[in-house]
Amino acid sequence: MNKVLKNNVVKQILNPSSLVTLLAILAAFLIGGLLIAFANENVQTTAGYLFARPGDFFLAVWNSVFGAYDALFRGSIFNYKAIDSVGMIKPLTETLAYATPITLAGLGMAVAFRSGLFNIGGTGQIIFGAMGAAWVGFSFDLPAIIHLPFAVFAGVLAAALFGGFVGFLKAATGANEVIVTIMLNYIAGLLLFYVLTTPLFQAPGATNPISPEIVASAKYWRFMGDSFRINASFFVMLAMVAAVWWLLNRSSVGFQFRALGHNPSASKVAGINIGLNYVLVMAVSGALAGLAGTSQVLGAEKFLTPSVAASFGFDAITVALLGRSKPLGVLAAGILFGALRAGAVIMQANQKVPIDIVLIVQSLVVLFIAAPPLVRFMFGMSRAAKKAVTA
Amino acid sequence: MKRSFKTSIALSVFTLISLWLSVTAPAGTTLFSFNAGKELFAIPDFEIPVAGASWIVFLVLLVVTGFSWWLSIQRKKTPLWLTGIFAFALVQQVLVVLFVGQMFPVTTTLQGSLALAVPLIFGALAGVLSERVGVVNIAIEGQLLAGAFASALITSITHSLTLGLIAAAISGALVAGILAIFSIKYVVDQIIVGVVVNVLVIGLTSFFYSTVMARDLIALNQPERFDQINIPLLSQIPIIGPLLFSQTLIVYLMYAAVAVVYIALFKTRWGLRLRAVGEYPKAADTVGIKVYRTRYISVMLGGALAGLGGAFFTLGAVGSFSKEMTSGAGYIALAALIFGRWNPLLATLAALMFGFAQNLQSVLSIIGSDVPSQFLLMLPYALTIVAVAGLVGKVTGPAATGKPYIKS
Repeated sequence: MNKVLKNNVVKQILNPSSLVTLLAILAAFLIGGLLIAFANENVQTTAGYLFARPGDFFLAVWNSVFGAYDALFRGSIFNYKAIDSVGMIKPLTETLAYATPITLAGLGMAVAFRSGLFNIGGTGQIIFGAMGAAWVGFSFDLPAIIHLPFAVFAGVLAAALFGGFVGFLKAATGANEVIVTIMLNYIAGLLLFYVLTTPLFQAPGATNPISPEIVASAKYWRFMGDSFRINASFFVMLAMVAAVWWLLNRSSVGFQFRALGHNPSASKVAGINIGLNYVLVMAVSGALAGLAGTSQVLGAEKFLTPSVAASFGFDAITVALLGRSKPLGVLAAGILFGALRAGAVIMQANQKVPIDIVLIVQSLVVLFIAAPPLVRFMFGMSRAAKKAVTA
Repeated sequence: MKRSFKTSIALSVFTLISLWLSVTAPAGTTLFSFNAGKELFAIPDFEIPVAGASWIVFLVLLVVTGFSWWLSIQRKKTPLWLTGIFAFALVQQVLVVLFVGQMFPVTTTLQGSLALAVPLIFGALAGVLSERVGVVNIAIEGQLLAGAFASALITSITHSLTLGLIAAAISGALVAGILAIFSIKYVVDQIIVGVVVNVLVIGLTSFFYSTVMARDLIALNQPERFDQINIPLLSQIPIIGPLLFSQTLIVYLMYAAVAVVYIALFKTRWGLRLRAVGEYPKAADTVGIKVYRTRYISVMLGGALAGLGGAFFTLGAVGSFSKEMTSGAGYIALAALIFGRWNPLLATLAALMFGFAQNLQSVLSIIGSDVPSQFLLMLPYALTIVAVAGLVGKVTGPAATGKPYIKS
C-alpha cells in the first residue's frame, strides 16, 4: 500500500458532505424498495396484466414497499400497532441493543481508519473478545462487582492482543494488514468452533457447539427488565464514544495516530515510532471490537455460540465509513444500522421480506457515499458530477 | 543483498516439528492405495513403516534446512523448488503419521482435492488478471457466488448447461464490472469496494433465493449437472487418469484457462501491455496504451473466469444453489493468488494445495481420526499469513495494484 493512496483514503473517509450522505441513504432505500417490489408475488401477478389494469400493478407495488418499510419502522422505532406500552417502546430498545455492538466495533474500525490502517478483522476481534469474556463469565463464581469487570477485561485483553498481533506483523515484516486481518477472521471463526467442541468451552452434556450459560454475576445489567435485550453495555458504548473522541482529538497518542494516517513518512521524520504505533493502533482497534464481543455474550445473549460475531464485523466497517470515522458519526451510523437490523426482523416476520435486504441496503449506502459523483448523477446534479470526475 | 534468515528460521521450526513427529511416531504401518477401479494396470498398494519413514523425512528436512542456512549466510535466497521439496516431504510424514494402521486412498483423495480446488483456481486466475492490471480484487468471493447463482437459475429454466455457463460468466463479469467502475471511474478505495461488493452479492443472491427461487425450487433450482467425460486411454493411466482425465467439462475448461491466462499474460503483446499498466500506468499511458480500457477489460475477463468457477459449485458439484454456498472460497482463492505470487501457475499449485488440505480434513473424519478438522481448514489462511509476512521468500504484488490512476 503506498502513501499517496493512504492519504487519499483518509481524505475520502473524512470528506464531509452531509447532503451526499443523506442522498446516498435515500438512494439505497429507493433501490431496496425496487427490489422488494420486484420480488413481491402480488406485484408479479399484477404485472402480468399491467396494460389491462395498470392501477392494480401500482397499488401492489405501493403495498409491498409501504408494507415493508412500515414494518421496518414498527420494528425499529415505534410500534404504533402494539397493544400495550411495552410493545410500543420495545422496538426502540431493540434498535439500541443492536446499535451497541455495531457502534463499539465501528469505533474500533474508525480508530484504525483514521490512523491509515485498514482493519478488516472486526469479526475475528469480536470473536476473541467474546471468547475471553465468556470463558471468565461461565468458569468463575465471583461477586458481581469484580466478576463483570474481570470478564470484560479478559475479552478486551484477548481482542487487543489479537489485534495488536496484526500491528506487530506489519511493523516487523511489512505484512499487509488487509490480507492478514481477512485471513485471521477465518482462523478466529474456526478456532471458536473448535473450542466450543472441547470440554474447556462446551456446556456439559451439550451435543451442539454451545457454552454453559454465563453466570449471573458476570452479566451486564438488563436495566429495563429481563425481557428487554438492552443492557448496561449500552452505557459502556456511550462512554467509549466519548473516550475515542478524547483519544483521537485531545490525547498525544491520538495525535500520533492521526499523523500516521495522514503521512507515515512525515510522522517518521517527526520522530514518531511508526512500528510501535502500528501495534498500538491495532490493539486499541481490536480492544474496541472485543468490547463489542463482550456486549454480545455478556449482554444481549447469554451463551457463546459459533455465530456470536454475526455480521457485526462487516457492520462495523460500514458504520465507520458512513460515520466518516468520527466518533459521533459512528454513533449515528451505528444507530441507523442497528435500526435496520432490528426492523428487518419484524419485516421478515410480517411481510416475508428476507432479512438479507439489510445487507443490500447497507452495502449500497457505503458504495454511494464513497462515490459522491455517482450520487449527484443519480439525483440529476450531473453537471456538478462531470466537474468532479474531470477535475 | 542484505542477509535474511527468515526462510531458514521458518524451515528450522518445521524441522523441529518433524523431529517431534518422528520421536513420538506410533509403531505400525500405513497402507498407501493407488487404485480407483478402471486403470489399465494396477499399481500395487504398499505399506510404509511409520517410524522409519518419519526419520527418513526428518533427515531430508534437516539437509534442506542446513542448505538453506548455508545459502542465507552466503547472502543467497533459498530457491522455491527447495522449499517445495521440503513441504512435500513434510506432508508425506504428516500423512504417514495421521493414517497409521489405516489405508490412505491416494487417488480418491487427490480427486476430491482437485474438485475442491477447481473454483479456487478459477478464482485465483480472476485475481491474477485483475491484480496484474492494477486493481485489487477482494471481490472474488462475490464473483464466484454470482456465478453459482446465475448458472443454477438459468440452467434450471432453460435446461441448457451451455447457457448456464454463459450466464455464470456474464454475472461474474458484471460483479467485476461494479468493482471496476467504482475503483477506476469513481476512484473509491479498491479494498473498500471489494469488501462491500462481496456483501452486496451475498445480500442479492440470498434475497432472490428466498423470494424467487424458494417459491418453486423444482423449476428454478434444480439444474442439470455436467457428466463426467472420460478421455480415451488417458483416463486409464493409473493415478493421473482418474485424477485428471475423467472429469467434467468445467474442469477441462479450467485446464485451458490456466494455460491461456499464463500464455496470454507472459507470451503475448496484450499480456505485456496488461502487466505494464499494472506496474507503471503512467509509463504505459505515455506509450499510448489505454490504461482505463485495459483495466476494465482485464478485470471483467477475470470476473467472467471467476463466474465459471462459481458454476462449478452448482453445475459441477452440488447440483443446486444454496445461500452463501461459496462460504469463503473466494478468500481462499485470494490466499492462493498471494501464496502463488500473482503467477497463474504458482497460484494454481497453491489452490491445489489448499484443496488438498480441505479434502484431507474430510478423509480424516471418515476414518475417525481425532485430529480436529478445524485446524486443517485453517491451513490456507495460516499459510497466507506466513507468506505475506515474508517467511517463505519475499511476496510482492504488481507495483501499481491498489493505486487508482488519474490521467492528468
